[in-house]
Order: sequence, then C-alpha cells, then structure tokens
Amino acid sequence: MIRRREARRGGLGALAAVLLVLPFVLPNTYYLNVAILAGLNAIACIGLNLLIGYAGQISLGHAAFFGIGAYVSAILTAGQGWPPVLALLAALVLNGALAFAVARPILRLRGHYLAMATLGLGIIVAIVLAQEVRLTGGPDGMPVPPLVLLGWSPPGEAAWYGIVAVLLWIAAWLSLNLARSPIGRALAALNASEIAAATAGVDVARHKSLVFVLSALYASLAGSLFAHYAGFITPAKAGFLQSVELVTMVVLGGMASTFGAVVGAAILTALPQIFATFHEYETIALGAILMGIMIFLPRGLVPSLARLAGRR
Amino acid sequence: MLGLKNFLAASALLAAGALAFAGAAVAQAPIKLGAVLATQGGPSFLGDPEAKVLKLYVDKMNAEGGIAGRKIELVLYETNGAAADAATFAKRLIAQDNVDFIIGGSTTGETMAMVPEIERAGVPFVSLGGASVIVEPVKKWVFKVPQTDRAAVEKVYIDMKQRAAKKVGLLAGSGGFDKSCTDNARALAKTHGLTVAADETHGAQDTDMTPQWTKIKNAGVDAVLYCGFGASSVVVTKNYAQLGLKIPFYHNHGSASTRWIQGSGAAAEGVRLPAEPVLVARQLPDRDPQKAAGVAFGDAYKAKYNEEPSTFAGYAYDALLLMADAIKRAGGTDKAKVRDALETTKGLVGATGIFTMTAADHSGVDVKSFRMVEVKNGAWRVLY
Amino acid sequence: MLETFLQFLFSGITAGAIYALVALGFTLIYNASHVINFAQGEFVMIGGMATVFLADAGWPIWAAAPLAVLLAVAVGVALERLAIAPAREASTVSLIVITIGASILLRGLAQLVWDRNFHTLAPFSGEEPIRVLGASILPQSLWVLGGSLLAVLALGWFFGRTLLGKAVIATAHNRLAAELMGIETRHVMTLCFALSALLGALGGVLITPITLTSYDAGVMLGLKGFSAAILGGMGSATGAVVGGLLLGVVEAMGAGFLSSAYKDAIAFVLILVVLVAVPRGLMGARGAERV
Repeated sequence: MIRRREARRGGLGALAAVLLVLPFVLPNTYYLNVAILAGLNAIACIGLNLLIGYAGQISLGHAAFFGIGAYVSAILTAGQGWPPVLALLAALVLNGALAFAVARPILRLRGHYLAMATLGLGIIVAIVLAQEVRLTGGPDGMPVPPLVLLGWSPPGEAAWYGIVAVLLWIAAWLSLNLARSPIGRALAALNASEIAAATAGVDVARHKSLVFVLSALYASLAGSLFAHYAGFITPAKAGFLQSVELVTMVVLGGMASTFGAVVGAAILTALPQIFATFHEYETIALGAILMGIMIFLPRGLVPSLARLAGRR
Repeated sequence: MLGLKNFLAASALLAAGALAFAGAAVAQAPIKLGAVLATQGGPSFLGDPEAKVLKLYVDKMNAEGGIAGRKIELVLYETNGAAADAATFAKRLIAQDNVDFIIGGSTTGETMAMVPEIERAGVPFVSLGGASVIVEPVKKWVFKVPQTDRAAVEKVYIDMKQRAAKKVGLLAGSGGFDKSCTDNARALAKTHGLTVAADETHGAQDTDMTPQWTKIKNAGVDAVLYCGFGASSVVVTKNYAQLGLKIPFYHNHGSASTRWIQGSGAAAEGVRLPAEPVLVARQLPDRDPQKAAGVAFGDAYKAKYNEEPSTFAGYAYDALLLMADAIKRAGGTDKAKVRDALETTKGLVGATGIFTMTAADHSGVDVKSFRMVEVKNGAWRVLY
Repeated sequence: MLETFLQFLFSGITAGAIYALVALGFTLIYNASHVINFAQGEFVMIGGMATVFLADAGWPIWAAAPLAVLLAVAVGVALERLAIAPAREASTVSLIVITIGASILLRGLAQLVWDRNFHTLAPFSGEEPIRVLGASILPQSLWVLGGSLLAVLALGWFFGRTLLGKAVIATAHNRLAAELMGIETRHVMTLCFALSALLGALGGVLITPITLTSYDAGVMLGLKGFSAAILGGMGSATGAVVGGLLLGVVEAMGAGFLSSAYKDAIAFVLILVVLVAVPRGLMGARGAERV
C-alpha cells in the first residue's frame, strides 16, 4: 500500500516536472500549441479512463460530451454574451445532467451492446450539431470568443499552456485519489465481476452512473477549453471518429492507468504532426504504429513498461 | 483584350520571369509557400486535385526559373477536412516553417479555423474555400479564389427562371459544402421569384436516395437543385433516372468533373450545372480571354495525371497565379507588400475567372465567370 | 400513397440488404473470437476497389471479382496471423484497437496502391429498373438481397451441419475446452477471418454498382453494418440480416415520412430503444456473456 502511494506521488511529481520543463524545451509556439491540444485530450482521456479502465464500461460516444461542452461554451458566449466561465459551468451542468439521465438505462447494457448504445448517442449528438445550422453554424462550424477569467484573457500560447497544464495536473490528481477511494475500490470490484460486487454490497447501478457522469464532466471541461483556445469549433469534434480516437488514446496508453491516459493522449496528438510530412504514407504509418504497440504491449504503454521496469 | 494582355504577362512571368535574373537566383533564398489541403476523407474531392495542381505547377514554375528569380519551396500539410487540424497546421506553417505565403483551407471550415492565427501573425493567405463568410466582412490578410457558393446558386436560379420554374426542390448532402449551398438556395429563392417546395437531405455515403426523390416528386416542383459532391452525387443522379423523373435537374459545381459524368452514365444526360470555364475551355470562343489559360492548364494537368482537371483543380492553379503575380509586383516576399499587391490585383486571367481585387472585395471574381453547361452525349456542352 | 410507401420500402430494402451483407461479416469473427473487427468495412472496400481496378485493366468481371475476393481473403488471413494471433492474450478492447489500427492501415494502403477517387462497376443485369405498382427497384438490389440470403443459408449450414462450424462455435464458447476436445483453435480463428473477409469482399463486389466505392468507403459501411449486427443481436446470422433490413427500412421510412436530415438519428434512436428493451438485440443469444 505504501509502495503504491509512493508510486502515485512519484507519478504526480514526474507529471508536474514534465509539465514545468516542457515550455522551456519546446522551440516555438507551434510546439506549445501541440502540447496544449495534447493536454486537453489528456484531460478528456483521464475522465474516459475512469469509465473504461477502472469501471470496465466502454464508451464509443464520448466525443459527444466534448462537443456539447465546446458548443455550449461557444453558443452561450458568442450568441448570448455570457461570461466564458459561466458558460463553461453551464456546459458542465448540462453534460452532467445528460450523462445522469442516460446512464441508468444505457449502463445496464454489456460489452458491445454498451459500445453500440454510446456510439448511437454520440452520433445523434453529432447529427444535431451539424443540422441545427442556425444555432451551431452547421458542418462548417462557428467561431468562439476568447476565454476571459476575471477580466483577464490568456494572450497567447504560453498563458494557455499554463492554464491547461495546471488543470491537467489537477485532473490527474483527482483521478488518482478517486481510484483509491472507496468509490474506486467499488468500481474495481464491479469491473471484475458485477454479480460479486453486488453481493458484496456495492450499489452497481449507482456507481456506474457516478463514474459515467464524472467522465462526461472531464470531457465537457476539455471541450469548453478547446473551443475558447481554438477560437473555432466544428461538429467533427463531437463525431464518431473523434470518439474512437479518445478510446484509442486510453487503450494505447494503458487501461486503468491515469498516466497511461496522459501518455496515450500525448502520443496520438503528436504522431499525426510527426507524420504530416509523410503525405501518402502518413495513414499507413499511423495504422502500423497503433497495431504494433497493441500487439507487442497489449496492456498499453504505461502498464506494460512499468511491468518491464518492475521485473528488473 | 486587357485580360488577354494580362494573361500573357502572367504567363510570361510564370514561364520566363526568372531567366533574366538567373545569376541572382542561385544566391536568393526560396519563396516558402505553405499549403493546407483536405486530401483525405469526405472533402478529398476538393483537396486531392488541389494538391496535385500545387505539386505540378510548383515544379513547373521552378523548372522555368521560379518567381522573380527565386525558386518556390512547397510545404504541404494534408487534412481530412478537420478544422482543428487545419488550425494547428496554420500555426506550424507560421511558427515552425516561416512561410511567406499560405494557400489553402480546401473547405470553409478549415479556412475559418486558420483565419485567427493568420490574421494575428499577418501572412498573405489565399483560401480555396467556397462560402462568402471567408471574405465578408473583409479580413486584412485573407483572400479567396472560388466564386462564392452564392454565385453558383444565382446562376442556377437565373436558368431555372428562363425555363419558367416557380417551385424549386432542394436535395443536399450533409457536409459543409452542401449545407452552404442549400443555405444560399433558401435565402436567394425569394429574390428570384421562386419558392422552395421541397428541402431534403441525405447522409454521407448513403446508398439510396429514392425516398428523398419521392418526396420531391410528390411536392410537384418545377426544377431541382442538388448540392453535393463525390460518390453521392452519382447515386443521386442514378436514383433520379431510376424513378424516371423528368423534372429539370441541376447540380452545383461540386459535380463539375468528368468523373461524375462517367459514374452516372446515361443518367447524367440533360443535367445542367454552373461550371468554371476551365472545365469547358476548348469550347469557349477564341476571343474569350480565359480560353488560352484554360486549355493550357487542362492539357498540362491531363498530361501529368491522366485525368481531366475538375473545377477545384482550377482553384489551386489560380491561387498560385495570384501569389506569383503579387510577389512579382511587390518586388519580393515582404508580407505586408505582398498583401497590398494581392489587394490591387487587376484583370489577372486565371482558370476560374478574371481577378480584380479591391480593399472592399477580397474575392475578385463574380457570377459572370460561371458558364451554364449541360451534359450531352456524355460530355459538357456550354449553353452560355 | 401506396406507390410512395412502396418506394420507401424498396429503398429501405436496397440499403438494408447492403447493411445485412456487411453485418454478416461482423457476425463470423465475433462468433469465433468475440472481437468486433473494425476493419470489416475495409474488406468490403477491398472487394469493390480491387474488382474495379482489375476490370479497368481489361479483366472480365467473372475473373476480376473472384481475384478481388481472393485478395481480401489474403488480407484477412494476414490480419489474423500477423496481428490478432500474436496478441491473443490481450483484452477484447486491445484487440478492437488493433483492428482500428488495421482499418487505418488498409485505408492508407488502398489510397497508395489505387487512388482517392470514387469508382463504379456496371450493374450485373442492366440498369432498367423493375417497376411494381408505380415504385421501382434496381435489379442490382435483388442481387444484393439474394447474396445476403445465400450467405445466411450457407452460414446456417456451416455452423449447424458441419464439424468445422461446430468447432468454431465451441471455440467461441470456451477456447480451452475446445482445445481439450482436440480442436486446433488457431486454425479456427484464421478460418473465421478468411471467411469474414470473403463475405465482406463479396458484398463489396455486389454493392459497388449501387453505392460506388472509394478507398474510404469502408468507414460508413462498417459503422452501419456494425449497427445492424448489434440491432439483430451479435452472433446471429439471421439477426444480422433482420437487423440490416430493419435498419435500412427505418432509415428510408424516417427519411420519407419524418425528416431526411434526421433519418440517421431516427435510426439510432430506434436502436437505443430496442437495446434498452432487449439488451441483447432482437435475435441475440440469451446466455450469459462476459466481455
């Protein structure tokens, strides 16, 4: 137990160190921009990992929560003149309520049926965002006003990096604490066997709903921030392919590993940038690397590497 | 005549401009041209020919000495139309690659996502996106090649009126390109004395559109406008033939490629659409200033890629032409000077149209450059 | 009114038969490995694209199509041998991510080897639509429908009547027990990927005259096929066809009677309602399953 706590502290320390050093190593604002996008994806992935990794419930529609977060922020600030922070909170409330409403009926489903149900929800959200042109600007998207915090607006990449880095660290810290709380142990129990968990007195439905809502809130926060940072949002960010990408990040980094989610998000955000100059070979390289990692490190990067390191 | 003169001037610049400065060319740094094009996914029908043209003509211009003695170095990033990726690539072109000029955003969404960074950094930028929102209101550094979607719809509506249509039916795909077209079609109907009696949509890569056609038929419309592109535009046309419909049928310029005619076969006969002159360059009268440019461009493209250029290929060609002309007149790649030169482009003859930019108009072509064409015996025929 | 309704129905059957054919491919691999193969749509694409390019190169369709199917089978076997088998101990989700990687890889290869354009094939028995009470359906739709019915019958026979088919089912239920009974589960998995690729590619050949094909045609077909398979109940061949046809008809009716802009959303709402009511799909197995 003590060793695990130390590992967790060590991990949080390492994450803080990397986040602190990164802006001094990255040569220009373009790299900072990639780091910011990776950080926002990582926040969403930490939330998704709570659901997939710890509770064992798959979601193929998670980008919908990201998209709703982004669009609620966009519509309320651009259309209604709300302060961005208030809009961000409104998005959290809406996403939380939506996740709570659909959680019970949907999380009764298992495995691929759950995957299908979440996928369907995600697609429905993406269709609404694309079709309601008057509200959302349709498939071509809509501009989003800049973020304003207490009268201060982040002037550029460096300030944005600071905000995202702090929030990412807090998100990781929360997730790690949740994992070792009674709730986390209940989630692990129902991941292993729902029947056994129920027999042991775990309210399975309540815990599943809770973790679903939590993961939706993580995605919503990331979505709202992304909208303000990018200054422009399209429905593709809420779409099926985006959902698949989020799941891929979590699995690639390593399920049930908070740092795995961060690593997976960072890698899958950076890889397309690295391969961007490969042109026609870009997709081939991406696909091959994805397959290679999963074949040789089937538990995902962080858990597999940690195991290798532990064996020595 | 003025146009032809300018065209000749532009070609001379493309062809031989640098020869005079051949000695200096060795010493001078290349002109860095950045491009972000949607060569993947749904909008690849836009980005793929555009990328082909940029590669072809950058090589061609370099072989002929470059622009004002300087070679062009193309930095191309490909997207699947995702706006977020385009924004990142814009940052990369500016902060990492230090480009002198940016072409791209195959789609309106990509373009609009790139605009904030480009405006902030101040880089001359020519978009290939279709919607009028790109240049309305005018943004300092942002210009665009394609005639707006609105112009295409207007051309169709004028033709519909000539065939005494009163009730029009709309059918569209669900992408940004499609939506922008239907939005314009809805907005413009009234001013052209038309009413939209049916307004239907199909999904990406849908396999059968007969329900939409059945509804349009039952609405008793006098003419139908289809807004879409790619494989769907073929399925829509085949379904029209399958139901044996005889309603005057129009596509927008998304279908303006020989591939669409080949795919649709007999079903395409009689369909009309507004097309850029490049598509029908050979049929233009010899006095048309765009004929020479269009024919030369079409031949070069076909020689290299063994296919006819689409309307969208012409956009990329014109963007290059605009860049070369502006850099030549600015006397270098000073960004502010190039931007000012772009804004004073006058009578530049391209594949898409004849460009004249002003401080109030960063698009520079108007509805006049569209030709109304009809499919006849498996080929385009220019009506007017 | 009848004419309109019939036309919607025909449209639904046309689309539905296509979804059913794709869904059947999912069923096979699922039955053997409980893996959802996200590259299933790419098998369909390979079948269509390879046939088109062979036909363009002058091959007659009767030679081009089998060769294209063979290519897809080779890809399917390679996918299983090189990617799925080495990762056998991985969790189901990890295997799914491997198939996602495979689908990305195959799309990349297809646009490199072939191109990024869309292509079509001539219909097998002409373009003259068959008219019934004022509504019309293309002969090619009947080819697709016939193809999926034939596939269901063949699969039913395979799983119900042959030793090999029973070996597949045994492997799906309990790999260890199957091995103890002397079944070479390794070969069973390979066989299933081969068969599933064959089914997908055959579908690709049949549907290309209607839907056209391109290097990325597999994405949407895979998504709809997966939805159909789940709606019908994963693992049931009959369910795949019922799910496919139902999905197609609901989309067509939704587009016709409600809103064509929201027809896909309507279809997904229906799937959600069905799943909430019948958590294992319309014809899915009722037994316990752990994923």
